[in-house]
Amino acid sequence: MQTLYDKLWQSHVVHEESDEPDGMTLLYIDRHLVHEVTSPQAFEGLKLAGRKPWRLDSILAVADHNVPTTRRDRGISDPISRLQVETLDDNCDELGITEFRMNDLRQGIVHVIGPEQGATLPGMTVVCGDSHTSTHGAFACLAFGIGTSEVEHVLATQCLLMKKARSMRVMVEGKLGHGITAKDVALAIIGEIGTAGGTGYAVEFAGSAIRDLSMEGRMTLCNMAIEAGARAGMIAVDDTTTEYIQGRPFAPKGDLWDKAVAYWRTLKSDEGARFDKVVTLEAARIKPQVTWGTSPEMVATVDGNVPDPAQISDIVQRHDMERALKYMGLAPNTPIREIRPDKIFIGSCTNARIEDLRAAAKVVEGKHIAGNIKLAMVVPGSGLVKHQAEQEGLDKVFRDAGFEWREPGCSMCLAMNDDRLGPGERCASTSNRNFEGRQGLGGRTHLVSPAMAAAAAVAGHFVDVREIY
Amino acid sequence: MKKFNFCDGLVAPLDRANVDTDAIIPKQFLKSIKRSGFGQNLFDEWRYLDHGEPGMDSSKRRLDGGFVLNLPRYSGAQILLARANFGCGSSREHAPWALQDYGFEAIIAPSFADIFFNNCFKIGLLPIVLDTHKVDQLFQEVEATEGYRLMVNLRDQSVTTPGGDSFLFDIDPFRKHSLLNGLDEIGLTLQHADRIKAFEDKHRDSQPWLFA
Repeated sequence: MQTLYDKLWQSHVVHEESDEPDGMTLLYIDRHLVHEVTSPQAFEGLKLAGRKPWRLDSILAVADHNVPTTRRDRGISDPISRLQVETLDDNCDELGITEFRMNDLRQGIVHVIGPEQGATLPGMTVVCGDSHTSTHGAFACLAFGIGTSEVEHVLATQCLLMKKARSMRVMVEGKLGHGITAKDVALAIIGEIGTAGGTGYAVEFAGSAIRDLSMEGRMTLCNMAIEAGARAGMIAVDDTTTEYIQGRPFAPKGDLWDKAVAYWRTLKSDEGARFDKVVTLEAARIKPQVTWGTSPEMVATVDGNVPDPAQISDIVQRHDMERALKYMGLAPNTPIREIRPDKIFIGSCTNARIEDLRAAAKVVEGKHIAGNIKLAMVVPGSGLVKHQAEQEGLDKVFRDAGFEWREPGCSMCLAMNDDRLGPGERCASTSNRNFEGRQGLGGRTHLVSPAMAAAAAVAGHFVDVREIY
Repeated sequence: MKKFNFCDGLVAPLDRANVDTDAIIPKQFLKSIKRSGFGQNLFDEWRYLDHGEPGMDSSKRRLDGGFVLNLPRYSGAQILLARANFGCGSSREHAPWALQDYGFEAIIAPSFADIFFNNCFKIGLLPIVLDTHKVDQLFQEVEATEGYRLMVNLRDQSVTTPGGDSFLFDIDPFRKHSLLNGLDEIGLTLQHADRIKAFEDKHRDSQPWLFA
């Protein structure tokens, strides 16, 4: 009886360094996604050692973190960002690596384009020098973020030295309420188990509410596994998975497709498989979530209040809460609905896929952003998502409502390009991290779903999206 | 990779939980294509009062005198004492690079985030997990005693206080061996090149679509 994680692990073991069950294992990597920020030193290291990439066709590269989201025809104005993107271009040219350049329609956030291209397939090990690689686990992959030394290791050897993690299953049973999305599920789980609750674990999400999610929703959920501390999140294969993949450019075709699907069907935990930890949530009880602090576990429901540190007995925890509230400029016991954002960001590898944009557009259609909103922006996850949205007229819906419609990239999720918050500015953001300074020095981030961000844009403060559509 | 055997070092306490890698090294410094020079921007938003950008002369920037690493008594610290879930968030190896470039050789905490923990071993920076109550004791001692030092011995897997308390820590034997000898892990893995090729052939036979 094996878990999905056991199966994915076992099918990639090249060599075990010790006889101990939890020793270091050499694990084969099927797909290596590369972006401009965490790769230059790896390519340099490879060259200095006189080594070559082991398997070029496993690599797909794209620049996403540094790229501007306006006026791409003018190139990248920041010379340091430009050099980093050009370094990726040069490395890919020199070594013959497939790369989607900045002005390619297929360019976008690495965790959006992998699945979109069918470059992420069930049963794969997928790595990228980016913690949100957990996203790809939505396709029953073993997908996790790595550091630059490991990027070099995978380039040179197609393998990684790993220790097997413990296994956790997070069950979400029942039906999600109207207006409740995968983002709310993710934040509710993190609120429950904490930002380190998944540390040392590979997490499988299961249960009827997970099976009901679209692939976009599953990607949102697995994306946030790392915010619960779990390096990898994953979901078993079903019809939703295979229907999403079929016909995508890198997906198998013809006989190979049939053969692949037959194998992919086995990628689920066996009945009775044992997990080291099981957490269960009742779907019907999950409400729209809004973070109030500087860690994703600092989260409340939209009908709740900012907590009061005076009620916390643990000293370290109380100090952290006080520090977070000070940073966020929030008084204890403030109703979440009274919090008024200055900016709205709809984007990121968490929530910039077509379904996310549709959900937000549905809320803002025929309405306009409130007077206190200084900037509301939509940054599609890829050129193809942007194109699709434009075909559906979503760009017009957003523009008419007062949103800016941008070019694809990571943008204000981490503010490496020009899209950022100023000191003290408050943002309703569909991204994944509300850390201090994440969206700009002194910026204050509230993580929410796309529909909740859109609703806050229209109302000028957080509102319960279930009451408006 | 830098070798690690032992470290007799001055300790600096960073008394907050969930210190994320965005705080350890903010994103604007990740635009560098180099592997060195990140130490001056370690904890940039906490260390300095002004906004830092790549290329700035750090010696001319305004320091936040209240931040622990700016206190004279912790100048030259080599061991960072931290709280739970240190290094959470982004996978950026720039975080361990910055800590090492600043001068830290070991970090002691009750727990670390997985990716950060793993990244440290790749460069010879030693992350040490000790029980919360032991970490609490060390925080109390370091705050009470100016010039407080700890002796970290990797071979014995021990941390020894000036008062003679010795705490043992766990480490994977392979990682320990690599650190003690400063081994090149890529070189080690390439010694298994035949095994990797054999695995790849078998993998191609069973899942040919992965190689199409």
